Amino acid sequence: MADLSCTIAGIPSPNPFWVASAPPSDKYYNVDRAFRAGWGGVVWKTLGIDPPIVNVTSRYGSVNLNGQKMMGLNNNELITDRPLEVNLAEIKQIKEEWPDRAVVVSLMVPCNQNDWEYILRKVEDTGADGVELNFGCPHGMSERGMGAAVGQVPDYVEMVTRWVKENSDLPCIVKLTPNITDIRYPARAAKAGGADGVSLINTISSIVSVDLDSMSPEPSIEGKGTHGGYCGPAVKPIALNMTSEIARDPETLGLPISAIGGISNWKDAAEFMSMGAEGVQVCTAIMHYGFRIVEDMIEGLNHWMDEKGYEKIEDFRGMAAKNVVDWQYLRRLASGDQNE
Amino acid sequence: MSQTPDIQSGRLSRQQLEQNFEDIHPPLDSGNAMLEAQRCYYCFDAPCVNACPTAIDIPSFIRKISTGNIRGSAKDILSQNIMGGMCARVCPTEVLCEGVCVRNTQEGQPVRIGELQRYSTDWLMEKGDTLFQRAPASGKKVAVVGGGPAGLSCAHRLAMLGHDVVVFEAREKLSGLNEYGIAAYKTVDGFAQREVDFILSIGGIETRCGVRLGKELKLSELKEEFDAVFLGIGLGDVNQLDIGETPGEGVHSAVDYIEDLRQAQNLENLPVGRRVVVIGGGSTAIDIAVQSKKLGAEDVTMVYRRGPEQMSATDVEQEFAQVNDVRIRTWLQPDSWMMENGRLSGIRFEYTEPDSSGKLTGKSEYLEIDADCVFLALGQKMMSDIFDLEMEMNSGKLAVDEQGATSQSGIWAGGDCIRSGEDLTVHAVEQGKQAAIAMDQWLRN
Ligand SMILES: Cc1cc2nc3c(=O)[nH]c(=O)nc-3n(C[C@H](O)[C@H](O)[C@H](O)COP(=O)(O)OP(=O)(O)OC[C@H]3O[C@@H](n4cnc5c(N)ncnc54)[C@H](O)[C@@H]3O)c2cc1C
Ligand SMILES: Cc1cc2nc3c(=O)[nH]c(=O)nc-3n(C[C@H](O)[C@H](O)[C@H](O)COP(=O)(O)O)c2cc1C
Ligand code: SF4
Repeated sequence: MADLSCTIAGIPSPNPFWVASAPPSDKYYNVDRAFRAGWGGVVWKTLGIDPPIVNVTSRYGSVNLNGQKMMGLNNNELITDRPLEVNLAEIKQIKEEWPDRAVVVSLMVPCNQNDWEYILRKVEDTGADGVELNFGCPHGMSERGMGAAVGQVPDYVEMVTRWVKENSDLPCIVKLTPNITDIRYPARAAKAGGADGVSLINTISSIVSVDLDSMSPEPSIEGKGTHGGYCGPAVKPIALNMTSEIARDPETLGLPISAIGGISNWKDAAEFMSMGAEGVQVCTAIMHYGFRIVEDMIEGLNHWMDEKGYEKIEDFRGMAAKNVVDWQYLRRLASGDQNE
Repeated sequence: MSQTPDIQSGRLSRQQLEQNFEDIHPPLDSGNAMLEAQRCYYCFDAPCVNACPTAIDIPSFIRKISTGNIRGSAKDILSQNIMGGMCARVCPTEVLCEGVCVRNTQEGQPVRIGELQRYSTDWLMEKGDTLFQRAPASGKKVAVVGGGPAGLSCAHRLAMLGHDVVVFEAREKLSGLNEYGIAAYKTVDGFAQREVDFILSIGGIETRCGVRLGKELKLSELKEEFDAVFLGIGLGDVNQLDIGETPGEGVHSAVDYIEDLRQAQNLENLPVGRRVVVIGGGSTAIDIAVQSKKLGAEDVTMVYRRGPEQMSATDVEQEFAQVNDVRIRTWLQPDSWMMENGRLSGIRFEYTEPDSSGKLTGKSEYLEIDADCVFLALGQKMMSDIFDLEMEMNSGKLAVDEQGATSQSGIWAGGDCIRSGEDLTVHAVEQGKQAAIAMDQWLRN
């Protein structure tokens, strides 16, 4: 039996599998079920300053492959719609009942230092292990001056991260939006601001389809639609590439990564960790299959590590990142040099 | 058995016989297993799990195939059903797990659960992995009588729970009807014995073959010598036909003939009738009919006294017989033997119908079917005079409570020898397992 315990951005966890900040981590009831199923940690559904936002009702659209398996999910759910105090009380209770699991609180707060100070005190009082800064929500909140808008401007990322680190000793993970040209810039900014790690990716801005009768993007709400956030198996290749970009960037070398994006099983997770991630987070696969998938993730990773002779995650972590090179360094096997 | 012109061996060439007795469901290769596994919805509260008598977590083991965690997949199966490999081959899945798969309603085609189960368990046995460890020794010793599915399943679970087990088996080989009864094309390449080796590899199970309860062994002595006893002796006897004196030649018990077939070194040497009639409506009847055909019989007719719906053979089994060129005739009951020159020449049937209360009645109209050979597949029953202790019986089988405890304290029973409804390998495995769990608790009190 391999040892799956690990430390992600300085936060100890019995295994590298965390529930991503999303509906499966939105309340005590769900997180308790997640921990019972075996998840090593959760990032609580993003909290903001009261009053809580109001979500729209038709929130999901899915992209299917030949009408069969779900390839991707599109959502335009915003952050939590429950009062702050209710969430905080439940976070406290969970952490007390599950002291060995990682409990991280995701935050999205307007760009002013007072609000950040206010919410950080509150989070500290719960006994949570760390915070994740949600700069990546591509819909709704960015139009309100938060989330992706901040995440798209490296200077803001650095500034807000610094506020957080100056105001609290809690480990701080910066969640990166993929809706940007070069993922290395916000990652470098997070590092410069003092982040303990980055997590990526948040959802990708997307429109799933258009209803050709009503001429409205889907999902449609009274004939109108907006772009949503794309996630699920379809985004894994993008997330894997971005993870490798950060892992091998000399400027962010060694910056802890919690990888997210289309992870559904132990193999996906092992791929991200071989690309340098310290751990992974999962959202869509849980929404699709339920919390029980973690049993196979733990067992499958264990069996594979035993087979390969890896005793702990550090034994293989980052091994594949070394083999990602820029295109011009690939030895090209043109017909002429096949025999060399 | 002396040979008559119409009953002879070597009707087909060895090559043809080999081809006829190949695996009816060749194993899935990894690509097809992956594709099939991805058809599973991973249902919540999956109906297939409830329909499996051993309650295997089917969605979980299938998902693990699709993620490449085959060892974990095999463990899901074998921790619930140690004969998951045999059951994957012989279960009538159409009336069990696959019968309720939600893919039936969506596509009219269930996930091929049985074949996927075989994929994972074959993979594991290939690896030679024992998979399970024994709990610390309890110091208790249990006698298991009968080394069939019920007995071996019980023995394995007892060994796992830390008890020492001795299996007493009347025959030369272990695994009961897996070795002597199941149709040859369902379990090829000596799988039954490979499975026995896998089961015994856990350790703590001593086996003594060639000793029979009621002969070399006494139940009272076993009860004295061991802390507990499990009876998994199956059904040693078959029901006979009561239509006058049976002709000496040409009439066989299907079960006995299948046993010869399964143990034959060379199928060419088996005597086979040209025109074969099988009497019965269960899976044994189907098996002997199809195997006769595969051995080269020209004409095989299976005759049942009620209609197709009342047969205990499933639709899939009936269809399987028909595509193998077996004719199925219903609403006919045996009336008398037909003889010619002192030899069996056929059998006369009376047409039947249900009366208003559903009871079967003869119509006094008759049909004669020529036959060189008649197989009786009328069900099995328990042998008498096996026990020297008073055992309570129920409809000719051992009476037990829900956990398999018999009327004698310290003696449990399971498999075909207890009253439980259908006699299937998977039920025997489950009953052996449940009895072991109950015995463990009793032994530790
Ligand atoms: C021809 C045939 C085909 C079948 N096909 C299928 C199928 O395709 N699928 C399916 O699910 N089921 C099938 N079955 C049913 C299945 O084989 C049985 O339900 C199952 O084997 C029962 O297991 P058991 O352990 O109770 O009994 P058995 O398999 O009969 O094992 C009993 C064991 O006890 C031994 N024994 C008996 N008496 C004594 C004694 N006095 N002392 C010591 N040992 C003794 C026997 O030698 C035997 O090894 C078939 C049955 C038959 C007859
Ligand atoms: C319905 C839904 C709601 C989400 N809400 C949040 C959120 O509140 N905060 C956040 O940081 N990410 C949120 N996410 C993004 C996920 O945490 C995750 O980054 C993304 O879905 C990619 O991972 P996946 O492919 O495993 O789903 C949400 C995703 C979905 C599908
Ligand atoms: S019922 Fe069918 S689709 Fe559902 S879990 Fe079972 S095998 Fe999979």
